[in-house]
Amino acid sequence: MSHGDYPAKYEGYRRPRRSSWWMEKKSYTLFLLRELTAVFVGLYAIFWLIVIYLAMGDQTSFAISVGSFLSSPVSIILHLVILVAVLYHTITWFSLLPKVMVIWRGEEKLHPAMLVGANWVGWVVVTGAVTLLAAMYLRGG
Amino acid sequence: MAAPADGGARGTISLEVFRYRPPEEQHPTFQTYEVPYREDWVVLDALNHIKDYIDGTLTYRWSCRMGVCGSCGMMVNGEPKLTCSAFLRNYYPRKIRVEPLVNFPVLRDLVINMDDFMDKLREVKAWLIPKDEKPISEGEYLQTPGQLAQYKQFSMCINCMLCYAACPVYGMEPRFVGPAAIALAQRYNLDSRDGGRDERAEVISSSEGVWECTFVGECSVVCPKHVDPAGAIQQAKLANTLDWYQSLLLPRGGKR
Amino acid sequence: MAKSNEPVWWSLFGAGGVISAFLMPATIIAVGFGVPLGWVSPAELYNGVHHPLGRLYLFLMIVFPLFHAAHRTLFTLVDLGLKPARQLLSVLFYGGAIVGSILAAVFLIRL
Repeated sequence: MSHGDYPAKYEGYRRPRRSSWWMEKKSYTLFLLRELTAVFVGLYAIFWLIVIYLAMGDQTSFAISVGSFLSSPVSIILHLVILVAVLYHTITWFSLLPKVMVIWRGEEKLHPAMLVGANWVGWVVVTGAVTLLAAMYLRGG
Repeated sequence: MAAPADGGARGTISLEVFRYRPPEEQHPTFQTYEVPYREDWVVLDALNHIKDYIDGTLTYRWSCRMGVCGSCGMMVNGEPKLTCSAFLRNYYPRKIRVEPLVNFPVLRDLVINMDDFMDKLREVKAWLIPKDEKPISEGEYLQTPGQLAQYKQFSMCINCMLCYAACPVYGMEPRFVGPAAIALAQRYNLDSRDGGRDERAEVISSSEGVWECTFVGECSVVCPKHVDPAGAIQQAKLANTLDWYQSLLLPRGGKR
Repeated sequence: MAKSNEPVWWSLFGAGGVISAFLMPATIIAVGFGVPLGWVSPAELYNGVHHPLGRLYLFLMIVFPLFHAAHRTLFTLVDLGLKPARQLLSVLFYGGAIVGSILAAVFLIRL
């Protein structure tokens, strides 16, 4: 079965395909926004790539380059935008996970809310642990 | 509906209907009809009224009028719906726009060419390929309720193609195998009596199979039988990925 | 239709999605707001980055999200109509993620 000849084989009037499909329905637009959070995730990863590059130098230069940038208004605004995007990613990611990983208990599927809830509990634990450890280490060191 | 033209109706409602009449017409047009508004009517009733009393040339598909045959799928105000399940009262008093399902070629008026979908059902081998063939004399294939539960949701598909109309990926790429076909393949892959998973894998795990899907999720939203084809596709992605790593790490072992 | 190698990219995308969901919000707050607010000084940040656990944390938080972003951005651009450029975009994005990952590994080892 060759799919290459789709246009010739399937007769009928073809309504034009629009690449602005994502604007036509609210759910499509939300989908696009959800996917675009990945751009912010990527940008934040690249930011840290730059930070660790700069951390290869001495502490003083690091404080001047990274330290002062982080304290600038531009950085704070960018971080706010990225935080919003990353949180939207997290929220949507956790709600989509039950569709990918179905967990069965006997003859019934585990309710999706349980998987979502478990992820959020894990998230709180990890966020709390990271913040606590960082605070303990960084303050003490 | 055996009622006379507008007996018992409380006012009227406008239907703006897509017309396409080759070979006389090269391009589609829209025609507006005033039909009686009744609380209990669905869009299909309105179309039947048009055909019976106003314009007998209107062409469209329908059958069971109760949401189980999958024949009457159309775009109602831009949303893919079964017209037998779209109540006029949810739109009244606004005009209702009725168009053929998008992403399919239009043959005439509201009738689309569904050959692509039919071909895909064949390609994914949407039928039971028994794991162990046995003659009828040996009796039935047995299955527990637990085994049935594994695939039951995906077996509810009525082939109405609303999911294909909702899928923007299929809209951009007609070679995409699509939600219903993949959900049906999963229905058989998950059936304990079936042994055809590897045969189906060539199509399902191809780049036009599950990997074309970007989990927009609209297919599951519009599905009238709550099949959740989006879920079926993501589960198939996960299964395919686990198989892929398994064949990489255990090239000779672990055949299911 | 050929058997696809998509599972590799998809699993990296999945790992990146999980890691960015769990690690990024806390990091953004701790560093992005913690430094200007004075909770964390640049010197403390410098030491944290050099610490073995810090390096592991950052390796995970850079490499997998890079692949997550590469995969998802690629598919989004394809969905928006850039299908003809798909091969080129794949090389650009996945290649970029690979280069970024190698750099991250090199930097973190040399810290």
